[in-house]
Amino acid sequence: MLTLQAVLDGLLLGILFALIAYGMALQWGVMNIINIAQGDLVILGGYIAYFMYLYGIHPAWGVIVSPIIMYFVGVIIYKLVINKVVDRDLFISILATFGISILFMQLMNFAFGADVVLANSGYGTTMLFDNSVTLPNSKIFSAFISIVFAIGLVIYMKKSKLGRAIRATAQNARAAKILGVDTEKVYAATFGINAALCGVAGALISITFTIHPYMGLPYTIRSFMIVIVAGLGNLPGVAMSGMGLGVFEEFADYILGTEFRIGSVFLLLVLILVYRRFKLSKKREYLK
Amino acid sequence: MKIKNIIITFVSAIAILFSTSVVSLAKVVGDKIILGAAISLTGKYSSNGVHTQNGYNMAVDRINDMGGIKVGGKTYKFDIIYYDDESNPKRAAQLAERLISQDGVEFMLGPYSSGLTKAIAPVTEKYGVPMVEANGASRSLFTKGYKYLFAVLAPANLYLDVAIETAVELNGGKGVRIAQAFEQDAFSQDVRLGILDAAERTGSKIIIDDKLPKELNDMAATLAKVKAVKPDVLVVSGHTKGALTAIRQIAEMKVDVPMLAMTHCDAAKLSKQHGKNSQYALCASQWHKTLTYKDDFFKDGMTYAADFEKLFGYDPPYQSAESSAALLVFKDAFERANSFDQKKVRDALADTNMQTFYGNIKFAEGGQNVDKPMVLFQVMCDDAGKCENKVVAPLKWASAELIHPIPKWSER
Repeated sequence: MLTLQAVLDGLLLGILFALIAYGMALQWGVMNIINIAQGDLVILGGYIAYFMYLYGIHPAWGVIVSPIIMYFVGVIIYKLVINKVVDRDLFISILATFGISILFMQLMNFAFGADVVLANSGYGTTMLFDNSVTLPNSKIFSAFISIVFAIGLVIYMKKSKLGRAIRATAQNARAAKILGVDTEKVYAATFGINAALCGVAGALISITFTIHPYMGLPYTIRSFMIVIVAGLGNLPGVAMSGMGLGVFEEFADYILGTEFRIGSVFLLLVLILVYRRFKLSKKREYLK
Repeated sequence: MKIKNIIITFVSAIAILFSTSVVSLAKVVGDKIILGAAISLTGKYSSNGVHTQNGYNMAVDRINDMGGIKVGGKTYKFDIIYYDDESNPKRAAQLAERLISQDGVEFMLGPYSSGLTKAIAPVTEKYGVPMVEANGASRSLFTKGYKYLFAVLAPANLYLDVAIETAVELNGGKGVRIAQAFEQDAFSQDVRLGILDAAERTGSKIIIDDKLPKELNDMAATLAKVKAVKPDVLVVSGHTKGALTAIRQIAEMKVDVPMLAMTHCDAAKLSKQHGKNSQYALCASQWHKTLTYKDDFFKDGMTYAADFEKLFGYDPPYQSAESSAALLVFKDAFERANSFDQKKVRDALADTNMQTFYGNIKFAEGGQNVDKPMVLFQVMCDDAGKCENKVVAPLKWASAELIHPIPKWSER
């Protein structure tokens, strides 16, 4: 039963992380930008849901309101900062988004205070096998909404005009430009979509966990790892690696203890990178 | 060009004049005793930093209004120079240095949190500046042999000691099975050491001993283990985040434990944020307004709480109460030393033996207050869902009876 609990907890957690990683993979692939402020956008999205909750609106509506607001926040950040670093070195973009991250943390602290807060959904709990496996409904809701948004995004990227333009830009920005794609617009929309996804994830985090102005970085790191494991431009891979990491983490927690939880994930990351390198070097030898 | 030179000379002259006047402004000027404090007014500790500052300010006003401090036949008033340490230990140490060497402050009040106090203590010690602090409880502060550091609060290892002892008592004097989860920071780990001591003393067994990572707010794995092994007591300490996460997930996962003990319940506003889900949680607290300690300035806890609320518009958390107490200790020490000599004031502080509305204060060799036990309160809710914190241990101050064991979730 403990195993089943671990698998389910891990899956539900992983799906939520995968949603955040999804946005990161998208903008990394399209714009070649590693967004250090990813987690801070998530937390900002969480605060939108939290404030709705404070004013008596059910925080689950944050899943709709938060991405709309965050889309515009994303576009504004793009227009103000990101468009100046988009064609530059990766290091410059890391620096710029690191700056945005610090700015966001301080602004949120200034505006919302330094208290840890949460929004109560009142969703209750699903109990299986005579109460030996418990699944909070808020986590199930989170996972469900994450899947809906992820699938929606994939369909949007395949079918819509903007989605096709985004994919074209990701493949070859110059060629896309020559063929009449307004890459500037595509970049702004991509950053906006990423921010909107963060908004959804933030709203979900405020009803499943807790939020705090300085809590963004772990989400950035987690999504970064998920994208690294999955490989760039591999959206189904992101979902799989998100869930895989979630389950792996839970098991590490059970077997090794909570203190090794994060450490074991990093260890896994290193192993995967070493394995990849090993595979690549083999290929190189073959080509010789 | 000439005019430019004149302007530059003029401006630098004013700057020099200003900087020297700042130095002469410090320590004891006219009828003012100037204390220095680096406080977290921004950054992650800013909520508690503000509580600390409010506590200091309220005590300064009260002492000044009630006649001030009498030293050498003359009456003095308190004044505090504040700097914002941005919740950053490095910055706090720099500011302490600045307060002492630039502003000439000769007596310091502590910052908020153990981490920042740890950063400042070496500086005040180097300059021989007496510091009375009210918000650094980590045991390691009191084992370094600091001579100028005095803490009005009980050290962290005593926070949940009482809970284990109460559990053992309720178990007929037999040891209990403890599950514990602590964040990996200095304070929480000190609380953990206290539990280890208490377990050894009472013959209790620790069956789960998890260390929660700082950056994670998910305790599902620990709680699933708790559900499987069914301990007698579950102890959680991880600042406000830990308290909020634990209560949320215990309720969601329907974890039944006979006793749940934690820290930071009032800072987390548990009963407000979680309502009935937080019911029956036992919380360690340095102070509670219903305690019956008394002094001449604030009378007692209830009066302090009412006055505080009038001034700042909220119920005082213990962080404010202990900060106010720090000023009372300073006043008492100045008057007994009857001097502003730092060594004499330090010796007077070391000899402190007084009662304040916050509790008895008497310092051990290491500087910690050994005369004030921690209290435990339990969150109790009425049928309408209104929750209140009621002191349940030690029995001497209990305003309600401990509800034990906690009713199962299926029966609530």
